[in-house]
Amino acid sequence: MKEVTHTSVVHDSAEKHVRGCATYIDDMVEPAGTCHACLGLSQRAHAKIISLDLETVRGAPGVIAVLTHKDIPGRNDISPTGLNDEPVFAESEVQFFGQPMFGVVAKTREQARRAASLAKVVYEDLPKALTIRQAETTGSALVTAPLTLRRGDAKKAMKKAQHRLSGTMEIGGQDHFYLEGQIAFAIPGEDEDVTVYSSTQHPSEVQHMVAQALKVRSNAVTVKVRRMGGGFGGKETQSNLFAVVAAVAAKKLGRAVKIRPDRDDDMAATGKRHDFVVGYEVGFDDGGKISALRGDFAARCGFSADLSGPVTDRALFHADNAYYYPAVELNSHPLRTNTVSNTAFRGFGGPQGVLAAERIIEEIAFALGKDPLEVRKANFYGTTSNNITPYHQEVRDNIIHRIVEELEDSSKYQKRREEIVAFNNSGGIIRRGIALTPVKFGISFTATWYNQAGALVHIYSDGSVHLNHGGTEMGQGLNIKVAQVVADAFGLGLCDIKITATATDKVPNTSATAASSGSDLNGMAALNGAKQIKERLVAFAVEKYGCSAEEVLFESGRVRAGSREFTFADFVREAYLARVQLSAAGFYKTPDIYWDREKGQGRPFFYYAYGAAVSEVFIDTLTGEYMVDRVDILHDVGKSLNPAIDLGQVEGGFVQGMGWLTTEELYWNEEGRLMSHAPSTYKIPLALDVPRVFNVELAQWSTNPERTIRRSKAVGEPPLMLAASVVEALSMAVASVAGYRECPRLASPVTPERVLMAVTRLQGERGQ
Amino acid sequence: MTGPLRKSVRFWLNDELVELADLPPTRTLLDFLRLNKRLTGSKEGCAEGDCGACTVLVGRLAGDSLVYESVTACIRFVASLDGCHVVSIEHLRGAEGGLHPVQQALVEHHGSQCGFCTPGIVMSLYGLWMANASPDVDDIEEALQGNLCRCTGYSPIVRAAFAASKAGGQGKDVLVAERASVIEKLEALRDGRRVEIWGDEGGIILPADVNDLAEVLAEKPHATIVAGSTDVGLWVTKQMREISPVVFAGHLKQLRMIVEGEDVVSIGAGVTYMDFMPVIERHFPQLAGFWSRIGGQQVRNMGTIGGNIANGSPIGDTPPALIVLGAAITLRKGDKRRFVRLEDYFISYGKQDREPGEFIESISIPYPGEKEHFAVYKVSKRRDEDISALSGAFRLRLGEDNKVAEISVVFGGMAEIPKRAAAVEKVLLGKEWSEANVSAAVAAFKQDYQPLSDVRASAEYRLLASQNLLRRFYLETIGEGSELKRGAA
Ligand SMILES: Cc1cc2nc3c(=O)[nH]c(=O)nc-3n(C[C@@H](O)[C@@H](O)[C@H](O)COP(=O)(O)OP(=O)(O)OC[C@H]3O[C@@H](n4cnc5c(N)ncnc54)[C@H](O)[C@@H]3O)c2cc1C
Ligand code: FES
Ligand code: FES
Repeated sequence: MKEVTHTSVVHDSAEKHVRGCATYIDDMVEPAGTCHACLGLSQRAHAKIISLDLETVRGAPGVIAVLTHKDIPGRNDISPTGLNDEPVFAESEVQFFGQPMFGVVAKTREQARRAASLAKVVYEDLPKALTIRQAETTGSALVTAPLTLRRGDAKKAMKKAQHRLSGTMEIGGQDHFYLEGQIAFAIPGEDEDVTVYSSTQHPSEVQHMVAQALKVRSNAVTVKVRRMGGGFGGKETQSNLFAVVAAVAAKKLGRAVKIRPDRDDDMAATGKRHDFVVGYEVGFDDGGKISALRGDFAARCGFSADLSGPVTDRALFHADNAYYYPAVELNSHPLRTNTVSNTAFRGFGGPQGVLAAERIIEEIAFALGKDPLEVRKANFYGTTSNNITPYHQEVRDNIIHRIVEELEDSSKYQKRREEIVAFNNSGGIIRRGIALTPVKFGISFTATWYNQAGALVHIYSDGSVHLNHGGTEMGQGLNIKVAQVVADAFGLGLCDIKITATATDKVPNTSATAASSGSDLNGMAALNGAKQIKERLVAFAVEKYGCSAEEVLFESGRVRAGSREFTFADFVREAYLARVQLSAAGFYKTPDIYWDREKGQGRPFFYYAYGAAVSEVFIDTLTGEYMVDRVDILHDVGKSLNPAIDLGQVEGGFVQGMGWLTTEELYWNEEGRLMSHAPSTYKIPLALDVPRVFNVELAQWSTNPERTIRRSKAVGEPPLMLAASVVEALSMAVASVAGYRECPRLASPVTPERVLMAVTRLQGERGQ
Repeated sequence: MTGPLRKSVRFWLNDELVELADLPPTRTLLDFLRLNKRLTGSKEGCAEGDCGACTVLVGRLAGDSLVYESVTACIRFVASLDGCHVVSIEHLRGAEGGLHPVQQALVEHHGSQCGFCTPGIVMSLYGLWMANASPDVDDIEEALQGNLCRCTGYSPIVRAAFAASKAGGQGKDVLVAERASVIEKLEALRDGRRVEIWGDEGGIILPADVNDLAEVLAEKPHATIVAGSTDVGLWVTKQMREISPVVFAGHLKQLRMIVEGEDVVSIGAGVTYMDFMPVIERHFPQLAGFWSRIGGQQVRNMGTIGGNIANGSPIGDTPPALIVLGAAITLRKGDKRRFVRLEDYFISYGKQDREPGEFIESISIPYPGEKEHFAVYKVSKRRDEDISALSGAFRLRLGEDNKVAEISVVFGGMAEIPKRAAAVEKVLLGKEWSEANVSAAVAAFKQDYQPLSDVRASAEYRLLASQNLLRRFYLETIGEGSELKRGAA
């Protein structure tokens, strides 16, 4: 029978999505007496709280309770790395504009919102550092220990280089803008128990945070997640706050409590992608080949560490992108600022590293008057030599040459580039640009212990299968992929497999669904669970029907045991009667990886995913407005578990990356207040921004040389970085106004404003 | 007042007649659906009309016909639905309880990932599918202009829209098939009465007609007028402002009249962006591209030109264009009317020439002269569904000698009100319309405008871009216009 793995079956919830009957947390039926919480947020970036008068809040219509840090029975802390630097509610000092100070619980959400605005707070301002520059000049502390990656002697090699250049690049942050905002819904149980429905990528961490805040043990807290309306990293740690507030309120009041912040509060109070200022110095030869590279990656981390350590680490891990640096030194500077604590976001620092790498290539190309693609090719990692990364891992699965070659060909890159140069040479207001950029992305959590997963598989005596695993569904299609694998393991159809909500009481101690690892880890764990049951079933068949183990086959919903044949359901029924255990807990841990952070050496990544994109743009040199008009992508997902789902990740990831680098501008005013706090002011791409010609292909020939789940590769994050090609295409179009003699050094996001300012600057320098 | 009062709001919701005698004036349709009716298919993604997750269709009688339009339920007040047919995602179905062709296409083309945007997208595409049996890619993208999706990158959604149109089946659709009976049902709700509801949370008044509106406002000069609620909706959902009593005007036929005269079109203040589309095609073709960049489809279905003016925002998109065209408005209070040039209406930030109790009744807009050059440009961070960083309108009449006989330049986003570039105009007036003179004139922008830096753009960018827009206008008048076009590659 045809297997369902490697086929394009639709998302398991697709039909529910289109009917509007897929249940998100806010859609759940509420128990009688459910109340609603709202947070009171700081209106200062850095200040002492002189007094917090909540009397009018308490007296407002519908209010049932007001919570401050004093109402938290356990620890007032949700720091995911145990640094104790992130209070649920500020105590004596606020550290960013939008920091929660208290919570209001009222009969309706609207009443809670109205009441929250009535607090009377007296602040005494303290000095603040909002930006990377301010943090650097005020000598602000680091939120966590920095990292250095070093191979060879970069200083010496730099001196010897034929050419040297240095520069800085500003890279903006990004709001997740998950369509479903943060939400948690807590229902108190008996004893110390509480059940929390949380829109989170990390149920186990929510469980631990809730337990810690309630001062109960983890076994009193159950966290459930059926689906999220998007996550993108924004619900890896940022959901903790809301879950804790709901749970504390629920236990205090003995009522169900829901908290769903308004979009504006969500954007003000939750972390975003880190913005970076990258300083670089590169040594290279006439051919554009890099001999030495030094980079300093300064990141705005916000007021607390959150995940800034591993995020800034990953920026360094990807500062090579697909390029070999013979001698290299990279440093991270995770800076503390009086802004919201930045967090995980698809790519987790990697995209900023990749962007810097591509800028450096571009700089070299401008310096030498070459097509950047030529410089790229001159520096790609080799397959057997020149293949050691700055963190001393050997790149063994390099396929970037083939990917780029095929894409260059299929997109007719060379011919189009010539045409575009000719078009630009004829002058005119509209200018065009084209660029091809590659991606190599390391797959695994760099916190090695996270690379484990569990699953729970039951077969009921009627032959139906209940599938549960530790991964969470945020739209990426994890559940369907895992179900495909399990269906094939039993020779069943997808309709026989029931996908169930992630729950900490089914699979404990799970890792966040993050780092693109969802199907790699959970697919394997579920397969392991299925195999355990299958082995028992085979042993049963061998014993009962006297055939050999090889003669027991599971196919097309039927089981063959030697000459006998049964429906799966009948066979399972027999097994049940024979008292065969039909349930198993599966487990998986990624083999062969290790990482020594002190030394900056190891094999943090199990394998790499590759891809490349060609983007073509038009800019209007009078206003800086632009259009991304054609994009061609070739991306590697190994042997795809589900090509349609993977294609969706590639398309969606690219567009999200394009948004990050073009129109998604985060803007804080001088007080440190986020002014781009809703879709009216924060502009993610629309259908109208997506290139009309958008050719996206998966590299059909690719297969993962490592023994991953059915030889597939992770797909969640890597495609986002393909959007670097848009920045560089814009850069080329801008550079055309000054004969391509100077790298425009566009800061990202490349808004129309930044394009116009760069065009004007270059024209001015040219004496126009 | 015409006849007795009705003390309830009545409308059809899917298959159900809803009658509400107890209704807070600011109850939004989205909360009503989700909380009161437990129809949770429509989602809240932003509560400000900008993401489309809450999109539903609203059918209303326009003359004798029934039109269904997509609207964002999060900023639409329930009271404004009197006499309408609200269609939510729960109403959609295909043959024998299966999926509707639009839903089926989205499933087959993998158009949903997290699914949170999906109900809104389904409704937007359903609206398109019903109205346009063979949409092209422009139509599809435009239908999706007010819907955000963070997961898919939209391509599969666009593919699904094509597939749905190919699948067809409009004839069998419930809304199409039951059109006559819905018209009948809605007709039955029309009783020509004023509606008033007063409760703990304030008052709702739906005047019976324009004269009644004038009467109500004369009596309650501090009431809040609501037309399309695309501004007022946000006062409520975001600022939690108290706005009672609320006087609704969106349903008043007389405010939606369009009279196309010889040289001027006169429109009621309640004419929506969509209502005005055909007039643009006939008389203001220069506005077409600009017009479709105001909000998204849902906002254009709800938002009114009168509201855009009355709101008094310095970045409203219509005032610059209307001012250069020489538009004027009729303000009415009770039976008294006055005629004010739009240019004079804007006094300073937040202050307009409108007395309490006065409302805008109509707007008259002269057509541009045949020999005149007229253009409007909008510059925003994101091309579509974004508020302007600046917008500039230009009207020019050249003499036989290629000298500037008349010029009018007005910008939004450059000052505290939509403002004329008087100094620039002065430099150009009487001069030859040449590149050199235009280049010389741009310096005068600094005299006219001292823009601010904010979330949308910096002061420097605004100034530079405004100067360049004059250059663009010049180039356009000499036939060297340049425009970014989608699909040029
Ligand atoms: C998502 C979104 C996108 C938008 N994009 C744009 C854009 O691109 N460009 C743009 O210019 N605007 C944009 N807007 C705002 C725009 O939709 C409004 O300004 C609209 O035109 C206001 O009309 P309305 O009927 O909705 O007004 P309402 O919100 O009902 O009212 C607005 C104001 O006008 C008053 N008012 C209404 N009618 C009258 C009357 N007859 N007499 C006196 N006062 C009256 C009201 O009391 C209120 O003060 C957008 C809004 C949203 C939500
Ligand atoms: S919820 Fe975003 S438009 Fe209504
Ligand atoms: S599918 Fe997630 S936002 Fe569209």
